Amino acid sequence: MKKLVSTYSISAIMATVISLVATAPVFAAGEHVPQHVERLDWSFAGVGGQHDRAQLQRGFQVFQQVCTACHGLKYVRFRNLSESGGPQFPVEAVKGLAASWPYQITDGPNDEGKMIERLPGLADPIVGPYKNDQEARAVQGGALPPDLSLIVKARTVESHAPWYTHWFWMLADIATGYEEAGANYLYALLTGYEEAPAGAEMGEGMYYNLAFPGHQLAMAPPLSNDNYIEYQPDAGAKGSLDQNAKDVTAFLAWAADPSLDARKKLGWQVLLYLLITTLLLYAVKKRVWARAKN
Amino acid sequence: MAAHESTYEPKSRFAKWMDDRLPIGRMVHDQFVDFPTPRNLNYLWTFGSILTFFLMAQILTGIVLAMHYQASAADAFDSIERIRRDVNYGWLLRPLHAVGASMFFLAAYIHIFRGLYYGSYKAPREILWIIGVLIFVAMMATAFLGYSLPWGQMSFWAVTVITNLFSSLDDLISGLGTTVVQWLWGGYSVTGVTLTRFYSLHYLLPFVIAGLVGMHIWALHVVGQNNPTGLELKTKSDAVPMHPYAISKDAVGMFVFLIVFLWFVFFLPDYLGHSDNYVPANPMVTPPHIVPEWYFLPYYAILRAIPSKLLGVIAMFSSIGILFFLPWLDTSLVRSAKYRPLYKWFFWLFVFTCVALGYLGSKPAEGAYIFWARVFTIYYFAHFLIVLPVLGLIEKPKKLPGSITEDVLGPEGTAAAAAAGKRG
Repeated sequence: MKKLVSTYSISAIMATVISLVATAPVFAAGEHVPQHVERLDWSFAGVGGQHDRAQLQRGFQVFQQVCTACHGLKYVRFRNLSESGGPQFPVEAVKGLAASWPYQITDGPNDEGKMIERLPGLADPIVGPYKNDQEARAVQGGALPPDLSLIVKARTVESHAPWYTHWFWMLADIATGYEEAGANYLYALLTGYEEAPAGAEMGEGMYYNLAFPGHQLAMAPPLSNDNYIEYQPDAGAKGSLDQNAKDVTAFLAWAADPSLDARKKLGWQVLLYLLITTLLLYAVKKRVWARAKN
Repeated sequence: MAAHESTYEPKSRFAKWMDDRLPIGRMVHDQFVDFPTPRNLNYLWTFGSILTFFLMAQILTGIVLAMHYQASAADAFDSIERIRRDVNYGWLLRPLHAVGASMFFLAAYIHIFRGLYYGSYKAPREILWIIGVLIFVAMMATAFLGYSLPWGQMSFWAVTVITNLFSSLDDLISGLGTTVVQWLWGGYSVTGVTLTRFYSLHYLLPFVIAGLVGMHIWALHVVGQNNPTGLELKTKSDAVPMHPYAISKDAVGMFVFLIVFLWFVFFLPDYLGHSDNYVPANPMVTPPHIVPEWYFLPYYAILRAIPSKLLGVIAMFSSIGILFFLPWLDTSLVRSAKYRPLYKWFFWLFVFTCVALGYLGSKPAEGAYIFWARVFTIYYFAHFLIVLPVLGLIEKPKKLPGSITEDVLGPEGTAAAAAAGKRG
C-alpha cells in the first residue's frame, strides 16, 4: 500500500513539473541582431597551444602601426618583447624601438624638482599617446580608448546556448582547455564593421559593428579591406584585413598572458607526474586492501 | 570510537619521556594511525582529506601572495599584474590560489552532498554536521572577501551589491541598515578603506576555519565515521586501521582530484573567473551583469527570485541556515539513501534543484529565468521543510544488512570472519 502511495506521489510531482514546463513563459529570444562572434582555432588555444613567434611579430607590427595611434600597453615593458614565449625580437632591435618610440615617459622629479619627459628604455612600459584618461577623452571627443594590455582577458562572449546544451559546450571547453573567447571577440570586433542596416539609429560619430554589444562603437574601423598593413616578404603571411586582425589579436593575447607558453609546457610535465603517481598509488592501494579481504 | 583502546607503545626513551608529559605521539598514533575506519568507505570519503589539503594549500599560497600584494585602491589591481608578470612563478602562484578557491568549494560541495546522501548528519553526528556548516559559512565569507582583493570591476561591484544587502535592514528598524553598511564600508561608499579591512579579514578567517576544522575532526573521532551502509561499527571485522588502509585510499582520491585542480591551473587559469575582473574597478561604470563566482550562484538566484529585498536577503541566508536544523528535519531512522527507495529520488531532485539554481543565478534576473528561479527556490526549501520530515514517516526502507562486514563479504564471509576473529 505504502509503495503504491509513494509511486503515486512521485508521478504527481512529475506531472506538476511537466505542466510547469508546458506553461512556463518562453525564454526571450534576442530582441535585435545578436552579437556575431566565431569560435576560432588559435595556435595558442587548447591544452597543447603555443604562440606562433612569426605571428606575434606580425601582430606587433600591426599594433605599432595602427593601434598605438590611440592605445597604450602599460603592463607590457619593452624588454618583454625580446623574452621567450613572446615575439622574441633581438634585444638590440627592441632597444632601438624604445629609443625611437613616438611617446615619451614622464619621469622625475629631477634634482631641480621638475618633472621631465624622456624616451623610454627597455624597462619602461609601452606607453600610448595620452598621459591620462582625461587627456584621452578630451582628444577623442569623450570616448576613452582603453589600455590594451589586458583587453583579451577582459573581454568574453556570453554563451547563448540553450540550457540543455550549455553543459556540453562547457565540458568540451574544459576537456580541450579552450578559453579563447576574448580572442574570438577581439578578432570579430576588428573584422565586424559594416554599413548600419536600414532602421538602425546610430549615435553621432558611432560605427556599426556586428560583434560589439549594442552594435554602436565609438572606435573608427582601424583596419579594412582597403586599408591594412602589408608585411615583409619573409613574415610568413600576406597582409590582409583578416590576417592583420588575427595577428594583432594573437599579439594582444600574448600581451595579456605572456607566460602562456611556459605555463602549458610546465602543465604537461606536472600532469604527467601526477598521472604516474596516481597509478602507482592505486597499485599500492590495491595491494594494501588485498590483505583486508581475508 | 575515541574510546578504542590505545595501542601506542613509545619506541625510544625520548618517546617514553615525552609520552609521560605531552602524549602527542600517542594522540597521532591512536587517532591517525590505528584509528578504526569502516572497511566499506568509498572514494567519496576521501574528500575530508582533500579539503584539509586545500585549506593548507590556500593558506600557503595566500601567505606568499600577501608578500607581493598591495591592499590599496590605487595599487591593488597593478600589484596583481605585477604578480602575474614580474614575480618569479607569480603566473603560477596566482591561479593556484584563485583556482584553488574554486576547487576548495567543489570538494566541499561533494563532501556535503555525500553527507546528505548517506545521512551523515544524523545522531550521533549532529554536532559534527553543525561544525561542518560553520566551516562552510566561514569559507564563503573568506572567499567573498578574497574575491574583492584584485579590485577589478567584478570585485568592486560584488562588494557593492553584497554589502548593500544589509541596507535592507532599514525596512526593519529605520536607519539600522544604513548604519551597518557604513560600518562595513568604513565610509559612505565602497572605497580603498573597505578593501584594506577586507584584506585584513581575508587573512584572519582561514585561521578561524583551521580551528573549526580541528573541532570537526575531533568530533568525527568521537563519533566515528559514517559509511555507505549508515550502520555503526559493531565488530572488529567491520573496521580496518586508518593506516595503511584509509590513508592509501585517501592518497589515490587526492591525486585524482589534484589532476582536475592542476588541469584548470595550467590550461584554464581564467575559465572559472570573470573577464570583467581584468578591468580595473571603476565606481562610475556598472557592469551589465553583476554575477558572483560560480559557487555562490545558487544563493544569488534565491536572492533575486524574491521581489522584496529584505525577504530575498532573509531567504538567501536561510538557504544556508536551514542546514543547521537538518539533523532534526529528517525524520527517517535509516541513514543511508542506499536503503531509502524514495529519498534516493528526492536526493537527486534536490541536486538538480541546486544545479538549476546555479544556472539561473548566472542569467539576468528577467522573464523565464526569474520564473524558474522562483520554482526552484520554493522546491529548495520544500525539500527541507516538507519532503524530509514527511518522507521519514511514509517511506518503507529496504532491509538493512546485519553489519558492515555482511555488506562487504556476504553472510558466509561474515561467519568466516567471525570464526577467524575467535581463533585469533
